[in-house]
Amino acid sequence: MKLLGQEKLRSLMQVALSHSSADQTEVNIRTGNSALTRFANSTIHQNMGFENYSVGVRAVFGKKIASGSGNDISEQGIRDLVDKVIAIARHQDENPDFVSLPEPVERIPQVESYSQATDDMTAEDRANAVRQIVIESDRIGGTAAGSYNKNVHEHGVMNSLGVDSYYQGTSARLTCVVTGPDGGFGYAQAHGVDSSHIQPGAIGAEASARAYESRNPIDAPPGDYECILLPYAVCDMLYDLRYAGMGAMSYQEGHSFMCGKMGQKIVSEKVSIWDDGRDPRTIATPFDGEGIAKQHVDIFKNGVASGVLYGSYTAHREGKKSTGHSGGINLVMGPGDATIPEMIASTKRGIMMTRFHYANITHLMTAAVSGMTRDGTFLIEDGKIISPVKNLRFNQSIVEALANVQMVGKDLVLDDGILAPAIKTSKFTFLSGTAF
Amino acid sequence: MTDSIDVKHFCEKVLDRAKALGADYADIRIVRRDNESINLRTGKVEYLDQSSSYGFGVRALIDGAWGFACSPSVSDEAGERIAGEAVNIARASARVKVKDVKLAPVEVHEGSFKTDWKIDPFDVPLDEKIGYLRDADEVLRQDAKVKVTDSFMEFYKFNQVFASTEGAYIEQKKVESGAGISATAIEGSEVQTRSYPGSFGGDYSAVGYEFVQSLELIEHAEQTAREAVALLDAPVCPAGPNTLILQGSILALQVHESCGHPIELDRVFGMESSFAGTSFLTPEKLNCFRYGSEAVNITADATLPGGLGSFYFDDEGVPGQRFNVVEEGIFKGYLSSRETAIQLGQHSTGAMRADNWNRMPIIRMTNINLLPGDWSFDELIADTPDGIYAADIKSWSIDDKRLNFLFGTEIAWEIKDGSLGRILKNPIYSGMTPEFWGSCDAVCGEDDWHLYGIPNCGKGEPAQLAHVGHGVAPARFNNVRMEGAK
Repeated sequence: MKLLGQEKLRSLMQVALSHSSADQTEVNIRTGNSALTRFANSTIHQNMGFENYSVGVRAVFGKKIASGSGNDISEQGIRDLVDKVIAIARHQDENPDFVSLPEPVERIPQVESYSQATDDMTAEDRANAVRQIVIESDRIGGTAAGSYNKNVHEHGVMNSLGVDSYYQGTSARLTCVVTGPDGGFGYAQAHGVDSSHIQPGAIGAEASARAYESRNPIDAPPGDYECILLPYAVCDMLYDLRYAGMGAMSYQEGHSFMCGKMGQKIVSEKVSIWDDGRDPRTIATPFDGEGIAKQHVDIFKNGVASGVLYGSYTAHREGKKSTGHSGGINLVMGPGDATIPEMIASTKRGIMMTRFHYANITHLMTAAVSGMTRDGTFLIEDGKIISPVKNLRFNQSIVEALANVQMVGKDLVLDDGILAPAIKTSKFTFLSGTAF
Repeated sequence: MTDSIDVKHFCEKVLDRAKALGADYADIRIVRRDNESINLRTGKVEYLDQSSSYGFGVRALIDGAWGFACSPSVSDEAGERIAGEAVNIARASARVKVKDVKLAPVEVHEGSFKTDWKIDPFDVPLDEKIGYLRDADEVLRQDAKVKVTDSFMEFYKFNQVFASTEGAYIEQKKVESGAGISATAIEGSEVQTRSYPGSFGGDYSAVGYEFVQSLELIEHAEQTAREAVALLDAPVCPAGPNTLILQGSILALQVHESCGHPIELDRVFGMESSFAGTSFLTPEKLNCFRYGSEAVNITADATLPGGLGSFYFDDEGVPGQRFNVVEEGIFKGYLSSRETAIQLGQHSTGAMRADNWNRMPIIRMTNINLLPGDWSFDELIADTPDGIYAADIKSWSIDDKRLNFLFGTEIAWEIKDGSLGRILKNPIYSGMTPEFWGSCDAVCGEDDWHLYGIPNCGKGEPAQLAHVGHGVAPARFNNVRMEGAK
């Protein structure tokens, strides 16, 4: 299914706006197609192509707001959706905190969000990529699992106050777990707007090498260790940290790890983390779900708690302007100057982990998470990796881990939309082990 | 489903097209899904939304490999095109395979089926629903230390047709209703939340609005808020080994994570290994592995009235079933599909489900239930000299084979000399699955047994949220590792 294009989307959104009798109206339309090839045991076992439309409408009467959505983009379908949303909005309670839908504040920037190569990728192309990974896993006597996803989409937002935003975007992500002989596991992935930059053979080789190196893991006793988190693990950690209070709502309600600490240095000065939807190294997205341009927002600047992310509703509660964060994040952690071998060489007794598994917040105000390591965990002593270890359970405050950062890697990796380097922290708490 | 097309004729044309293009097997699902969500946050209606989705998906098997394609346009043009795409994708899949997919045989069914509900929740006026939540929310906010409240309702209506090249044609209709409340008390850096009737999205049942009325949210709001405030000044739950009695939604979660997921046969065969993980319950353990103590009896039951994991037929046309998963502590059965069951020489246990028309079905939980024992709750507490009684989910994590877990609960009470004592905050316990269930020495009876409905079990790529159920009664576990709060 081909994208409808800006003019068609705009004409459909105008149908909604012109039909609405609400004080304010907002309409969102997304269309697109995507595909996902999943493989396991070195076999493609699920292979899917998707196409869909979605239409979302918000209607406002004074301080009464309601929303509705559907996937019928015929003109009559859109008019019916508007009528439905208006009907439920009239039955709404007033929300005294609501001020207004957003007004356009600046021109939507151009971002590098579309790749023809990604758009053109076929099921055969994905199968060939999987075959290259299987060749690499076969070299170590392993089996390969993972997925190759492509996404092609367009998004338009208009509202009755003049917001009129549109963009087209693509993304491609290849993930791979190789199960090696003798209990070894390895993970690697690549993510980007342009699939032509993804090298399946290299991804397969990286995962296979880690699976080979992690064979015959030993038990490591629980306790506090120095810890090297490879970039994938740092991306996982930042993914969890955003749930602990990077958004303005949790900050305003008093349950964010940032509460009472804004302007204070709460993590290492080596740590700078920001959100920037315009950064072409991420999956760039020029505007948010309200059609407002995404701003660069510093979360930590040289260790100092610097800001949280606003949509129009939370911004208006503080008399501020939206930062363009009504949905969607593009987190980036700034690079340092260290290499991973330098981190290993500087470690007296530590753990190096590849990534998190199933981590969840255990304490909001300290941003503590518990989860497991997986797909390559190693014990370091006296500056050298001495053995792979079985997976470990950690329970660790992310803020504390970032406060104890001693080294930051110079190479950034984009994993699941988050761009981050490796880090070394002086203390990470592991509670227990498991059987593999 | 729609007046504009002959659904049966459309299905036949799509399936005929797939066969003509070379499919050895194909099926089609057409789904209309309606949803309504209402959420009051701290006294304000923050979210009021009605959504609907309609479309179809085609699964084709060619040369021993699968392809799936879907579209929101239920039209002859789209039907022909999507059948072709599914076939083309399947041919691409066949380029990377170790062995062919084979399907366990299934009896072909035709018919129309519908769950029972008394009050269609979509017919209840919005004013009435919002008013009910507003009244509960006002009670939640009576103590000034309660800074954040949530009161919510959610309703689903599913209308689905399944047809296959083997001749199946099954229409199913289902309504689901759910609601819940929570209060978050905040004082300085201390944040504590209590929820009712469950802490991971309230509670749901596959019936109508009468379920929401039965929850008595307003009547439970005062205690919910009072406990949240009491937790602010409560002592921290002590670390170290202890006797633990689990209640309510946390026990449902324990069953979900440490039993429901590891018995999914696709995980066992490594099909989810790169994402959600695999399972420690490997096939050689079937019928001989001691999963838990003799007090532990667990079923998978897709036939329970009102269960979110109940259905007449799964998304391969296999009837919903009830079977033993754990019998007196011994592991007895898997949740399976036609493709996985045949690898064990079995028939499918009917667990293939997709969360909408645009997703390929995968193995999902039905209602995974810890069967009741013969203790009363009062007897269980009286029989426990020292211990912890913990309720409702706060945090959860488990390794990718479903062995090493750590769960936090919203609240606990000290048990001393057979009586419930003071409230304890930040309870966290951990363990290894077979050892933990092996330490279970008592399960309460039918009077304390409740079937929880959970509408948000995540699995698969792209992510799918399954609606599942867990029936549990309070149960006691010995020598459990309690972690100190971080």
